[in-house]
Amino acid sequence: MSAITNVSRRGFITGLVGAGALVLSARYIPQPLWAEENNLVGALGKSVLHPDIFLGIETDGTVHIVAHRSEMGTTTRTSLPMVAADELDADWKRVKIEQAIGDPKYGDQSTDGSYSIRAFYDAMRQTGATARTMLVQAAAAQWKVPVSECKANLHTVVHTPSGRKLGYGELATAASKLPVPKKADLQFKNKSEWRYIGKGTKSFDINNVVNGTAIFGMDAKVDGMVYASIEHSPVIGGKLKSYDDKAPLQVAGVRQTVIIDPFKPPAVFKPLGGVAVIADNTWAAFQGRKKLNAVWDSGPNASFNSDDYKKELQQTARQKGDLVRSEGDAESIFAKGGDVVEADYYVPLLAHAPMEPMVAVADFKNGKVTTWCPTQNPQAVQETLAQELGIGKEDVTCHVTLLGGAFGRKSKPDYVAEAAVLSKKLGKPVKVVWSREDDIKFGYYNAVAAMYMKAAVDDRGKPTAWLQRSVFPPIASTFNQDAVHGEAGDLQQGWTDIPYAIPNLRVENGSAKAHVRIGWLRSVANIYHGFAVQSFSDELAHRAKRDPVEYLLDLLGPARKVDLSAHKYPNYDASTDDYPLDIGRMRQVVEMVAEKSSWGKRKLGQGSGMGIAVHRSFLTYVATVVEVNVDNSGEVTIARVDTVVDAGLVVNPEATRSQFEGAAVFGTSIVRSGEITAKNGAIEQSNFSDYPVARMNEAPRQTNVYIVDSDAPPAGVGEPGVPPFTPALCNAIFAATGTRVRELPLSRTKLGKA
Amino acid sequence: MARSAPAVIVRRGEAMIQLKVNGKSQSFQGDPDMPLLWYLRDVLGLTGTKFGCGASLCGACTVHRNGKAIRSCVTPMSTLSQAEITTIEGVGGGQLHPVQKAWVEANVPQCGYCQSGQIMQAISLLAKTPKPTDEEIDDGMQGNICRCGTYQRIRAAIKAAAGVTA
Repeated sequence: MSAITNVSRRGFITGLVGAGALVLSARYIPQPLWAEENNLVGALGKSVLHPDIFLGIETDGTVHIVAHRSEMGTTTRTSLPMVAADELDADWKRVKIEQAIGDPKYGDQSTDGSYSIRAFYDAMRQTGATARTMLVQAAAAQWKVPVSECKANLHTVVHTPSGRKLGYGELATAASKLPVPKKADLQFKNKSEWRYIGKGTKSFDINNVVNGTAIFGMDAKVDGMVYASIEHSPVIGGKLKSYDDKAPLQVAGVRQTVIIDPFKPPAVFKPLGGVAVIADNTWAAFQGRKKLNAVWDSGPNASFNSDDYKKELQQTARQKGDLVRSEGDAESIFAKGGDVVEADYYVPLLAHAPMEPMVAVADFKNGKVTTWCPTQNPQAVQETLAQELGIGKEDVTCHVTLLGGAFGRKSKPDYVAEAAVLSKKLGKPVKVVWSREDDIKFGYYNAVAAMYMKAAVDDRGKPTAWLQRSVFPPIASTFNQDAVHGEAGDLQQGWTDIPYAIPNLRVENGSAKAHVRIGWLRSVANIYHGFAVQSFSDELAHRAKRDPVEYLLDLLGPARKVDLSAHKYPNYDASTDDYPLDIGRMRQVVEMVAEKSSWGKRKLGQGSGMGIAVHRSFLTYVATVVEVNVDNSGEVTIARVDTVVDAGLVVNPEATRSQFEGAAVFGTSIVRSGEITAKNGAIEQSNFSDYPVARMNEAPRQTNVYIVDSDAPPAGVGEPGVPPFTPALCNAIFAATGTRVRELPLSRTKLGKA
Repeated sequence: MARSAPAVIVRRGEAMIQLKVNGKSQSFQGDPDMPLLWYLRDVLGLTGTKFGCGASLCGACTVHRNGKAIRSCVTPMSTLSQAEITTIEGVGGGQLHPVQKAWVEANVPQCGYCQSGQIMQAISLLAKTPKPTDEEIDDGMQGNICRCGTYQRIRAAIKAAAGVTA
C-alpha cells in the first residue's frame, strides 16, 4: 500500500535540498492514509510492490523528482517524472531528475517488461497533484483567501480575483508544514490542462549525451580502482583445469591474476567463474588475458551442437506436447482429413549485443559493497551481491548509471557480481569490463524455438481447426536446470492468446533442455511466437488467393473481448478488466495500417512487395506493414515501414515513435542476421563481424509510426514493435519473391534468382 | 647544436609520444600498442569516446585525427606522434557543435551510447561532403552501429545540419 507522506523534516536525499523545502514521499507505510487507492499495486499482481516516489521543492523553486527506473533508451527516466511534473504544474525547465539507488522502498525497480509507465503513472500523478494542492493551500493561507479562489499556474499559485502570485519556491516552506491532503480532496487535471502528458519532452539527459559527458556504466570511476578482464569457460559450466599465472604478469600494467570459483547450477545471475586479470587499465587487462592459456574441462554442455539441437527441437515439435489451450476439438477435425496445411518455423538463439558491453565498478569495504553499474534491476543487484558476498541486501548500495543499451541483458547482474567478488578478494575497488567477444559468447540468450503449425481449412481457405505447438528451452531453466517447458509467462506471449476466431483451436508446448543460459530479450517469446502465427496466417491467405489484410481481419473475427480466464494466462500481470484482449482494438490497428500504408492501392515495381502482421504484446496492439524490394541477387531493401500503435494513453509520443522506429531496426537485425550457434558447447560467434546487427544502409529507409489516440490505460511501448515487424518483413519478402521464409535468419533461405 | 635530452626517462618497451588532445598538449608514456581509445578513457578520463567492439566494427570509439574520423579502438598510440586528436568533448569548442545541436533538435539518441561516435563520424562526413545525398550518408555512416536503431533520425539530423531538405 502506498500513501503520500510529508517527509520534509526528514530531509530528502542527503544534501539534495536545503532547509525549508517541501518534500513529499509516496511510500509504503503500514497503515495507509488511503487504503482504497492502491490499484496500481494490484495492477501488477505482485504484492511486494510498494511504489515510493519522492518529489521535493526547494525554496528557490527547484523541483527534484526521483527516477527509480533505469534509463536504457526508452526515456522512462524522463517520462515518469514528467507525469508528476505535469500534475504539479511545474515548469519543466526547473525540474531536476535524481536517479534512485536500488532500494525496495521505491517499489519495483525492474525496468523490464515494458511496464514502467503502466505501473507508476497513477502514483506519479498523485504525487504531483498532492504537492500542488499543498502549495495552493499554503498560498491561500498566506493571502487569507479561500482555497477555491487560488489556482496553480506553471510554478506559481495565482489568486484569481486579485491576480496576486506566489512562486512554488516561496511557498515550499509553508506547504511543508501542512498535513498531506486526502486523495479524495485532490483535484487531478483534466486532459485538456495537461502540459506534458501526451505531448512529451526530450530526454532529460540529451545534452549530456551529445556532448559526451553523460555517465554510462562504462564511464564510472572511483579512486584507487583497478581494471579486470575475465576469461570464462567457453562452455557454460566448464571447470578451470590449468592456466599460466606468470605470462600475463609480463604485460606492462598487469598486477595479478585471480580465480573466481565456478558457479553451482542453476546459473541464475551468479558469476560464471573463471580467471580475472587485474591491471592498471582496461587495455593491459585485455592483453594480459591473452596470455592466460587457460585450459578447461568443458563438462556436460559440451554435447551442445546447434545443428543437432535444431533437429531435436523440430522433431519434438512434430510430436504431441503439453496442452496449453484448447477450444472445440481440433483433433477430430484433423482426423477427418480434408484440406490440411502444415508448416514448421524456426528462430535461433539471439544475443542482446547492447552497444555498451557488460561493465561494473564495485567497492567492497568493511563488510559492505557499493557498486556503480548499468543495470535494469538494482534490487536484483542487491540480492545477487548479498548472496555472493554473504552479506545483507541492505549492505549493498547500487548506484544506477545510464545504460548503453540493455534489451533485457542488463537485468541479469552476473557481471556486477564479478566486480563485487573481485573487490572483496582484492580489498580495493574493481572495474570489470567485458569485451564484445565476452558479451556475444556469454549471453543470456533469447531461446531458440521451433514451431509447428497446422490448419484444416474450408473452401474459402479459412481454418476450421488450428494447431500450434512451440518448443524452446525455457527461461525457467536459468533458475532451475530441470525446467524444460515454457511457463505461463512465456506462453502468454503470442501463444495462449492467439486472437483468432477459430472454433477448434489447440495450443501446445513441447519440452527442450537448455545448454546455455536462457534469458529474455526485447519482446522475448513474442518474437518466435509472433513470427510463426503471423507468417502462417499469411501463408494461408496466399494459399486461399485472398488479400492478406482482408484474410487477417477474417481470422480475427468480430470485435469482442476474448475470455482467457479458463487458461493459465497472466496477461502480463495486468487485470483483464483494465486490459482485456480486445479484438476491436486489434482490428482497428490492422484497418488503420492498411489505410496509412495505402495497402492494395500503391503500384509496386518488379521485385517489390508488401507484407502485414498484427500482434498484441505487453498489452499494446501493433500492426505493421513492410514494403521491400528484392533484387536478382537476393538482396533485400526495406523501402518503407508503416506501424500503427494502440498503447492506450501515450505519455511521451515522440519517445514512443522512437521506440517503434528502433523496433523496426531491431527486427531487421533478427531477420537479416541474428543467429547464435554452438559447436561442442562453445558459442561460435564473437563480435559484430559474425553476429552482425543492422547498419544504416540495411535498416528500413523510412519508418512511419502512427499512434492511436486512446484514453485506455497506458500499456507498453519499448518491446511491442518487434514481434509484428519480423513476420511483416518476411511476408513482404514472400509477396516480392514468392519465397516463404520459415527459418531465421534470412541467410537460411535462398532468395536470389542467380 | 646538441639536442636536448628527453625530459622523461622512457622505460624499455615503452614509448614517449607527444600529441594534442582537444587542443591541449599531452605526452603519452606507456605501451606503444595501446589503442588511443584506452589512453583517452583510462588515462585522460575523456570517457565520451566509447568502447563498443575493440575491432573497428561499430564506430562507437570514433574521434578525429587532424579533422578526419578514425576508430580509436584500433589506432595504436605509436602512430600518433604529433597528431591532433579531437574527441566529442572538444569538438564543439566549449559549446555544442552545429551537428550536436542538430542531434538534439531531431531527438536522435535513445540510450545514447553510440551517439558520440555517430556525431564525430557525421562531422567528418560533412566536412568532406557538405551536402550529402542519402547514398553518401549511408556510405559515410554505415560503419557506425546503433543497436537502438536511431538511423532514421541520424539521417534527418545530418540533413538538417547540412541544410539539405529531407
